[in-house]
Amino acid sequence: MITKDYIIRAPEGIHARPAAALVKLTRQFKAVIQLQKGEKKVALNSLLNLLSVGAKGGDTISLFIEGEDEGVAADAMDRFFNDLKE
Amino acid sequence: MTIMNIVHQLQGIGVSPGIAIGRACVIRQFEPGITGETLADEAAVEREIALFREAVGRSMEELILLMAGAETAVEEILGVQVEMLHDPMWEGEVLSKIGTDRKNAGDAVLEVTQDLVNTFGSMEDEYLRARAADIEDIRKRVMRYLRTGAAGTVEGWADHFVGVHEMVGRDEHDGVSDAAAFADQILVAMDLSPSDLIALDISRVIGFATRTGGKTSHASIVARLRGIAAVVGCGEGLDFIVDGDRLVLDGVTGILLVNPAPDVVEQYVEKRKEQLATTRFLQSLKGKEAITTDGIAIHLSANIGSIEDMEQALEYGAQGVGLLRTELLFMQSNSLPTEEEQFIFYKNILVRAAGRPVTIRTLDIGGDKALPYLPFPKEDNPFLGYRAIRISLDRKDLFLTQVKAILQASVFGECRILLPMIGSVQELRQAKALIAEAKEDLTRQQLAYDADIKTGIMIEIPSAAIMADQLAKEADFFSIGTNDLIQYTLAVDRMNEKIKALYDPFHPAVLRLIRNVIEQGHLNGLPVGMCGELAGDPQATLLLLGMGLQDFSMNAPFIPVVKNIILQSSMALARAVCAKEMDNII
Repeated sequence: MITKDYIIRAPEGIHARPAAALVKLTRQFKAVIQLQKGEKKVALNSLLNLLSVGAKGGDTISLFIEGEDEGVAADAMDRFFNDLKE
Repeated sequence: MTIMNIVHQLQGIGVSPGIAIGRACVIRQFEPGITGETLADEAAVEREIALFREAVGRSMEELILLMAGAETAVEEILGVQVEMLHDPMWEGEVLSKIGTDRKNAGDAVLEVTQDLVNTFGSMEDEYLRARAADIEDIRKRVMRYLRTGAAGTVEGWADHFVGVHEMVGRDEHDGVSDAAAFADQILVAMDLSPSDLIALDISRVIGFATRTGGKTSHASIVARLRGIAAVVGCGEGLDFIVDGDRLVLDGVTGILLVNPAPDVVEQYVEKRKEQLATTRFLQSLKGKEAITTDGIAIHLSANIGSIEDMEQALEYGAQGVGLLRTELLFMQSNSLPTEEEQFIFYKNILVRAAGRPVTIRTLDIGGDKALPYLPFPKEDNPFLGYRAIRISLDRKDLFLTQVKAILQASVFGECRILLPMIGSVQELRQAKALIAEAKEDLTRQQLAYDADIKTGIMIEIPSAAIMADQLAKEADFFSIGTNDLIQYTLAVDRMNEKIKALYDPFHPAVLRLIRNVIEQGHLNGLPVGMCGELAGDPQATLLLLGMGLQDFSMNAPFIPVVKNIILQSSMALARAVCAKEMDNII
């Protein structure tokens, strides 16, 4: 299992288009990816889950990535969150 | 049940002009309830799961069909709904309520969506709160299939839609056979959602009246787009209207009459006739050029914000676009539009303009126009604050992206760049330096653009109007924005009810500034246009002509009105009107 922490840098948080893109990205991997903000932990293959977390700009979130392709998945998540600015 | 006809007058907000006289078609939004049924056995569970899957599948097909014909903004909303229908979390919860709790599919969907609506509805973030409406839309859609088993084709669906909205006094299954009776109908509803409006066959609808809503609500925009008279925000009085009531609706004054006396109806029939005659006459001017009786050609173009506006502009015979407001593209998106998205938007408009000149104004936000995804701190005086070019010169990244998109689109037509809120020569220089930087960047990337693209400025701050002689030496053209120029010159906020009478476009100080800008422009060989509301005000046409203005840009419906004045007047008359008006001042 790989664990990663990110600070959301986009001021509006993870909104419509980025959220949909993140869910699509997640579904490309066999690994199960979960996102945690505060006490709430959700599976990332669901847009409703992701939106219901309500991640805003400046929030810290953690990812838990587990599965055979977890290395590749973690790299993809890195790229996604680094590009998520505005 | 006998329902007494009531005579009533309601006052709403007129949002789309025209007079509609017709029968009320009351749309009751479909509100299914929980049945409380417990499933008897495994077979029932299997059946309900199959029903749920089928309803989701049908809803999905329906959404995809609706998306095909929708405007971009609506398509995006529906896209989010498609994604939500796919969602494993909501599917999982519904299946568990059916399988474990033995609830029927309808009850399971209602309970799960209600939880989601509550979760999203109580969120701090405005964008996320608004997703509650998407979930409600999904609930309605799925529930319609679960409780009525409706057919999933588009043709069948429009009729079905009328059926499930329970026309008062009608059996809901009679929707299809009653369709023919709807020849002249006025829709009466709480509000009309994007999917309502796409699904309803509004070719048979001559007006809308809604209980809630404002000028920018979806129903209002669609009404204006399709040329249907509409009054919104009518309030609770609307609840007393029943199906078949005789309605008279005036989309200008916002008046809605319920079962009016025959002589009143007669008056409105007359009024409608006059309006139609005027409209027809003005339409006949569409192909004519605006030339004064002594042979001076005047350029009449349109202010637009979208590709739909562009269509309307051509309808009214616009010779070009004097102002393309790019902020609408930004306001309708959920995040900053990318260079590619902007490029496509500008390119489509230039292609549609087919060689007619198009002036693209760079982003004019701040003041009263905010972007939800780009929050700025609250200001005490937003109109004197961080807005328009001031943001662009500060957030160079935003400005460069936009300029690069405009430059790449510029090869598809006749295009100019217009900078808003310029107050000094220094600001113009900074903006031009950034435009040069954008050009260099494109050259490096070997991307094509119009190297000779003209850069002009809005004259809307008194300092710019006073310094027009200096600005004329460095700008390629002027465009006078009267709304802000008047507000800043007179120190009057026209949105302030108590002082809006002080907002006077014909105030001598304003007229002197406008005359100075036109004169200084011409002395320096600069084209001078006007894109503020005054340009479309028939009372100002001769005065502005007399000052020497030759380029008027306005909301498209005013073009034929102004053209009609120009066609009947000479420059000599215009100069006389101007001299008299300006003399009166001094």
